[in-house]
Amino acid sequence: MTTFPERLKALHSRTPNRVAITLQFSGRDDLPITYAQLLGAASSFAQTLEREGIQPGEVVVLILQHGENLVSSFWGAILHGAIPSIMPFLTEKLSPERYKADLSALISVTKPVAIVTYSEFEEDVRAALQERDSVRAVVVADRIEAQAEIDFASLKGFQRKPEDIVLLQHSSGTTGLQKGVALSHQAVFNQLNSYGKSLGITENDVIVSWLPLYHDMGLIAAFLMPILSGIPLVIMSPFDWVRAPYRLLQAISKYQATLTWLPNFAYNFCAQKIRDRHIEGMDLASLRAVINCSEPVRWESHVAFYERFRDYGLKFEALQTSYAMAENVFGVTQNQLGSIPVVDEIDRESFMVERVAKNPLDGRPSMKMMSSGQPLENVRVKVVGEDRNEVPERIIGELALQSDCMLTGYFNRPDLTEKAFRDGWYLTGDYGYISNGEVFVSGRKKDMIIVGGKNIYPQDLEALTYEVSGVHAGRSVAFGMYDETQGTEDVVVIAEVDSEDTQEQQRIADAIRLHVTKNSAIALRYVKVVGPKWILKTSSGKTARSANKEKFLLELEADREN
Amino acid sequence: MTDNIISEIENYIAAQILKQPTRKIAADESLISSGLINSFSLMDLALFVEDTFGVRIEDTELNANTFDNLTQLASLIESRKA
Repeated sequence: MTTFPERLKALHSRTPNRVAITLQFSGRDDLPITYAQLLGAASSFAQTLEREGIQPGEVVVLILQHGENLVSSFWGAILHGAIPSIMPFLTEKLSPERYKADLSALISVTKPVAIVTYSEFEEDVRAALQERDSVRAVVVADRIEAQAEIDFASLKGFQRKPEDIVLLQHSSGTTGLQKGVALSHQAVFNQLNSYGKSLGITENDVIVSWLPLYHDMGLIAAFLMPILSGIPLVIMSPFDWVRAPYRLLQAISKYQATLTWLPNFAYNFCAQKIRDRHIEGMDLASLRAVINCSEPVRWESHVAFYERFRDYGLKFEALQTSYAMAENVFGVTQNQLGSIPVVDEIDRESFMVERVAKNPLDGRPSMKMMSSGQPLENVRVKVVGEDRNEVPERIIGELALQSDCMLTGYFNRPDLTEKAFRDGWYLTGDYGYISNGEVFVSGRKKDMIIVGGKNIYPQDLEALTYEVSGVHAGRSVAFGMYDETQGTEDVVVIAEVDSEDTQEQQRIADAIRLHVTKNSAIALRYVKVVGPKWILKTSSGKTARSANKEKFLLELEADREN
Repeated sequence: MTDNIISEIENYIAAQILKQPTRKIAADESLISSGLINSFSLMDLALFVEDTFGVRIEDTELNANTFDNLTQLASLIESRKA
């Protein structure tokens, strides 16, 4: 039984000069940070929180970009015993009004006492605060000076117990920000032990990542695990990666990385968008595992990635899968390293209609399902039907799990926490089936859209469209549609307006596209504005997203044939 | 020449990125700062420009400071071709 501060202190005393993290920046030299430097900067930050009157156990929200400040303020909050939560950084695209609304959504439930940001955003953050809300301090990270001396005895984080909450993870959007997953020290260590074991992790590993830290895959697999396990981490900004995906491969080659995590779309993105001139002479043979996780995993994406990079030493068996969620800290399953994930070809119609994974029948269309691997040793997975009873192998139902690394609860939301569990099993909201101990994930029960590994609640996007003039509340629908080329979902928005005039409809479509992009940082692929009575409603007057999606797909097909 | 470049890029953006083939984009309409083109699509646009016009656009240039509308992008292409 241990805590984050105790583990960090042990690493610090054993290997003070070992590089814990190497930060990469576009147009700047790589910046290595040793454990001694990390602890030094973090403890200065902890002292700042102390001076600001922040108590251990209180929540501190971090609004910081990739860089030293994010790293030291996260660990500083930990050393002080405060509970850090990393919020997506304000991008240039996002409107200040929306950011204010997002921040209010977060504050209303999570009740943070401090917000940490940069001097240039201090004003925006202060403007977003309201009188009598929970925030007592806005801490400007770039004004804190690191001190060389670390006074461990004065750091309050060492009084925290393993069962105390250590951090919160939020997903994005108004809905996601009101639902913080609270994790204890012990839960995180239990996850790291079992997940690390499934990967056969050693101090010879090197992890490279471009993933954002406000997402579980980035935060746990490519930040906490390496730092708390003494494994070198090389990390770059997601903004830099998306403009230059080859940087990931350069970093892998340069640091001879052994492990990296990618959402499915990134396999397609890298395979399609990297130019030969950028990866000449690269060596990817050091990779033990490239782990596909956080959106539905596709065999075709693995093949495309392998074909593109096989000449650079990439091994096919390095392409791996995992199924993970913040509520279980991270990993639920992991494919056995060194072996190729099982691909199960099944009959499409039985899958869609009977909800069962059957062997393909002669001459009928089939589909390839790729396994996400087997449950970690501390996790049990079962599939349940509508009545919550376990169903046999190969029957599709909701995945439920039990483990010793579950969330403590949704922060300040006992109602949601209670609803999430049934008879001691956590109901994931994901559909799938089990076959020979392999877990296949086939979709989501709820209407959640997953784009590029990011979870998006359609109701948040719909609410934004109502703010556009010409669109009435309750008369738009948002959903995701799988795009084979991109390897992820395209976001579709359909809005019903009074006008039948096509020019006016086009004007409204443009306005929706711009408004939603500016206010959610989500780009809409299809925006369809339609006349009255297009959108299908259920008998209770609710928008039926799946029925509207089917209608949209049929029209799209008809358009293509014309 | 510039008009040809503009209309070729306009068609590409309308059909491939916005999925609205009949949509018109004004030459001075902002593309990046307005959010019309997101970061993933920006990459596609850069690859299209490189392949179609035989010029190079570096990743550090993929932002609204380098070009934010069709006119600016066309003149960037013209200057590289010269």
